[in-house]
Amino acid sequence: MLPDLLIALTMLSNFSLVATSRVAKAIQFAVLQGVLLGLMPLAMGLGRHFHIVLLAIAAVTVKGWLIPFLFRRALKQVHIQREVDPYIGYTVSLMLCALGTGLSLVLAHNLPLKAGTEYTLLVPASLATLFTGFLLLVSRRKALTQVVGYLVLENGIYLFGLLLVEDMPALVEAGILLDLFVGIFVMGIVINHIRVAFDSTDTRHLAELKD
Amino acid sequence: MKLYLLALLAAAASGVPGLWMRRRGGEVAVGLLGLAGVLGLWASLAVLSGGPGGSFAIRTASLGTPGLLVVDPVAAFFAIPVLVLAFCGALYGLGYWEGRRGNTPALRLVYGLLVACLVLLVAASHILVFLLAWEGMAIAAFLLVMAEDREAETRRAGWIYLVATHTGTLFLFAAFALLARTTGQSGFAALPAGLAATGAGTALFALFLLGFGFKAGMLPLHFWLPPAHAAAPSHVSALMSGVLLKMGILGLVRFLSWVPDPPLWWGGVLVALGALSGLLGVAFALGQHDLKRLLAYHSIENIGIILLGLGLGTLGKSLGNPVMQTLGYAGALLHVLNHSLFKGLLFLSAGAVLHATGTRDLERLGGLGQRMPWTSGAFLVGSWAICGLPPLNGFVSEWLIYLGAFRGLGLGRQAWPVVILLSLALIGALALACFAKAFGAVFLGLPRTGAGAGAREAPRVMLLPMGVLALACLAIGVAPLLVMPALGRVAEALGPAAGAGLSALGGLGAISGVALALGLLALLLWRWLRPVPQAGDLPTWDCGYAAPDARMEYTASSFADGLVRGLRWALWPVVHRPRVSGWFPRLTRYESHVPDPVLDRAAAPSLRLTVKGAALLRVAQGGALPVYLLYVLLTLLVLLVWMVA
Amino acid sequence: MVRSLLPTILQTLLHGLTVLLLPPLLPGLIAKTKALMAGRQGPPVLQLYYDLAKLARKRAVFSRTTTWVFLAGPVGGVAAGLAASCLVPFGHTPAPVSFEGDVILFAYLFGLARFLTILSALDTGSSFEGMGAAREATFSALAEPALFLGFAALAKATSSLSLGTMLAFPGSLATRFTGPLILILAGWVIVYLAENSRIPVDDPNTHLELTMIHEVMVLDHSGRPFALVLYGASLKLLVLGALILTPALPRATHAWQNWLAFYLALGGLAVAVGLVESSMARFRMTKVPQFLVAGVLATGFAFLLMLV
Repeated sequence: MLPDLLIALTMLSNFSLVATSRVAKAIQFAVLQGVLLGLMPLAMGLGRHFHIVLLAIAAVTVKGWLIPFLFRRALKQVHIQREVDPYIGYTVSLMLCALGTGLSLVLAHNLPLKAGTEYTLLVPASLATLFTGFLLLVSRRKALTQVVGYLVLENGIYLFGLLLVEDMPALVEAGILLDLFVGIFVMGIVINHIRVAFDSTDTRHLAELKD
Repeated sequence: MKLYLLALLAAAASGVPGLWMRRRGGEVAVGLLGLAGVLGLWASLAVLSGGPGGSFAIRTASLGTPGLLVVDPVAAFFAIPVLVLAFCGALYGLGYWEGRRGNTPALRLVYGLLVACLVLLVAASHILVFLLAWEGMAIAAFLLVMAEDREAETRRAGWIYLVATHTGTLFLFAAFALLARTTGQSGFAALPAGLAATGAGTALFALFLLGFGFKAGMLPLHFWLPPAHAAAPSHVSALMSGVLLKMGILGLVRFLSWVPDPPLWWGGVLVALGALSGLLGVAFALGQHDLKRLLAYHSIENIGIILLGLGLGTLGKSLGNPVMQTLGYAGALLHVLNHSLFKGLLFLSAGAVLHATGTRDLERLGGLGQRMPWTSGAFLVGSWAICGLPPLNGFVSEWLIYLGAFRGLGLGRQAWPVVILLSLALIGALALACFAKAFGAVFLGLPRTGAGAGAREAPRVMLLPMGVLALACLAIGVAPLLVMPALGRVAEALGPAAGAGLSALGGLGAISGVALALGLLALLLWRWLRPVPQAGDLPTWDCGYAAPDARMEYTASSFADGLVRGLRWALWPVVHRPRVSGWFPRLTRYESHVPDPVLDRAAAPSLRLTVKGAALLRVAQGGALPVYLLYVLLTLLVLLVWMVA
Repeated sequence: MVRSLLPTILQTLLHGLTVLLLPPLLPGLIAKTKALMAGRQGPPVLQLYYDLAKLARKRAVFSRTTTWVFLAGPVGGVAAGLAASCLVPFGHTPAPVSFEGDVILFAYLFGLARFLTILSALDTGSSFEGMGAAREATFSALAEPALFLGFAALAKATSSLSLGTMLAFPGSLATRFTGPLILILAGWVIVYLAENSRIPVDDPNTHLELTMIHEVMVLDHSGRPFALVLYGASLKLLVLGALILTPALPRATHAWQNWLAFYLALGGLAVAVGLVESSMARFRMTKVPQFLVAGVLATGFAFLLMLV
């Protein structure tokens, strides 16, 4: 019950992420998603393993405190409030997100997974989150929003990895957390450099670097 | 074995003292290489005269087989040109390269490492050791070719060389991987009987032929040879032409020695490739007017002759005819040694010409025979040997192959003996024409431009290696029976029945006899000519022209023109004819050259075409990050759908 | 033991004497034939002997452009020619030196002579000699295959690789392989005319630069070197003539009969060359390669006939 609730909330947050145009709100939703997913292993009843409890605490700390902290710092540096003129409009993005969710439901039903997987909503949710992350990456112009999209992408992968959490918890968790942290860290540096080089974080300018 | 390893270490270390010894570094390097040569030759000759080969192994489980290095007769034989040319080249380099640019210590270091890699390569008997030494050799050679990298031409030559040698190495990786998979071991050992006729055997043959063919300079994989050998410093060119090409042949020899029952068509392929390389190599050499490029194309021609011999031997092995096997393999192996000797000699003397005059262009040289008598004598000995004329060593190896081909004639109605015969005959005649042109244009007649007029004889340190190589050519030519026992032992590695009866060939003694008779007759006739008082200092008869000029001499291009025009269907020469019109025509230019068929007419244009075609794909590379991410997303979706559907 | 070796020693001696003394007779015979055909008296048949003796007494003139290579041409030509003559049987008499594979040595000795002659021509730095040398190099490249194809065909027929046995086989060739033999000899006659610079390939009496090949390569020689040049040229006439005549002659039982047959045939060959020279004009320079290719085709066809 509880896992299903969390998963449903995650999928809802996908829609909110895609529909909002304010960068701060997008960050908040992404953080919310992260915290929800960080609590998932506990909700799945694996709290009896001590290391899983540790990992859940670490995930919540990173996704709930550290990453928002970095984001706020970056936000203060770039002085932006809103996403301006994305490639794909907000309404269209919402429709694409819905389409993606439906597609992921269909695909998940047909994927050759091990029979008897308990949480039948997990795989579709992960694919949907993946798709949302990609959509954000593809359609948004501002570098910060793209980092949010990357975060969401990682959330989707993490969700998928929860299928394995009982067997290989440490591997899954560590990989994902490291991934995430490096991504944020590098992105922070890159955003700063983009701003310094182009005096703006509009990624259109990156096209000037083409051969 | 210990001697061999010591030689390896001495060669590798030869360049190291030069890094801090500014003044005497060169002499130390030469000394160490000489030491390496002596030790290595001692070990080689001990093995070749019937002694037991040594083997070197490291006891680890992961490397598999017992032996990493094995000094067997094949290794000992191939080590001889390596060590001899390395020493001669280093000694020559003392006079040729010293003080020319700041990179002399680096050059010496890399040269020493190259020699060490070569010494390692000939004795390698494990796949990993072989490939390691192969790569080391390729990279060291690349660095040496780029020694004068200020010139754009040198850089281009170096890059082409690097690309070609790595393409060949890729084929070798594939071949060795396949070999390890089929035989299940990673050491050099004989293949099981019957493997050669299967698909795996064919694949192995093709891959090894391509991989080693790139290194050996077999047509049509030869396109890197002329630029690289022309651009490298002359003693490096000598080493490359004389030794590095032979490493490709070494690979083929090793491969052929593992196969106890080669199919008939293998020998046919080798013969066909040999004929192609030989004939086209010498035809293209006729069209060159850069001295070192000309010599490089002749290397391709001689590799063709070696392949003809290998093909003949392989055919003999397939047909079970021991005589043909012996003669073919022995001829090919002896030609390996001979070619390294006389090609090294030719490159060293060409380098002396370049050193003295600053140009390699045949149309600008001339008359150097009077100013550089010893160099011209060395070049004459080299030309004499490479044309295969008695009594020098080129004739002996070609004679063995001819004999084998003639023997093959009696075996029914196959075409390949006459192909070998005709190819060798034509190659000989064309090589004669080409070297008459080269020697005549550089050393005979009058100097065509100022470059030739100001030349001085090369210093003794450069003449000494040339003399050593010339004497070696003469020795093998006049007394071939001395090398026959050793040659027989090496040929045995290629086929158990081969190697028998080489010393029993009556012709060899007769060749020595004829050589001595020639020498005696020449001496007598010379003495008869001598006591002729000369009448004054006179010019050549000029048919009454009032002011004969050096430019009225026949140029190298004119000399070769008849043959180049006759062969234009193969050579496709590019000629810029002058437009001469009116009663008093203006000054105009004539220019002709023969571009390389594979490089300039096939590879470069097709690469340009590919780049142009690839430019059409530029649309997909807009530079916008979201677009690239979209590509990733779409791919993911497609894969998911495909997996599910 | 010496008595059993006596015939061999006598044969070898006669062979050597023939090689040393006979050659200058041949150009004389050719010249006499041409003169008689033209209705003139012509020079005496022994003229070349007198010329050689005269040249041996004269001084030589060397251009300041030349080096020792200039003398290497005449010396090499005669030395190689003499060495090659030891390998060839004269008619059905044995050659002094005979071993398996001596055909190749034979061909390459002539290659050596050609190489040194070309170099000595280039040594003078004159455009005439260069022209002749270039033409010589080009045409000999076309003549080599004809020679080798003929050797290949004969080797296949006799299964032997020694000139002695290849050319002077016991009569069976004349019966079984007459067709191929005629083709081989035709091809070799073409090579003979080319190598010895006879009409229709080259005119030995001309001195026009447009038409000279061999004549021009020796333009600057004089005195003793020139004597060697002339002697070497006549030696080539003898040795290559032996190559053609030996397969064509029938085999006799006694040695003296074989020798006599050979001398007569040689004289006949010289007269025949004189007749050919008198009745034909020189080919245009561009037709010479075609002529040589015809020789290659003849011998090639003979080889193919041997294969089937």
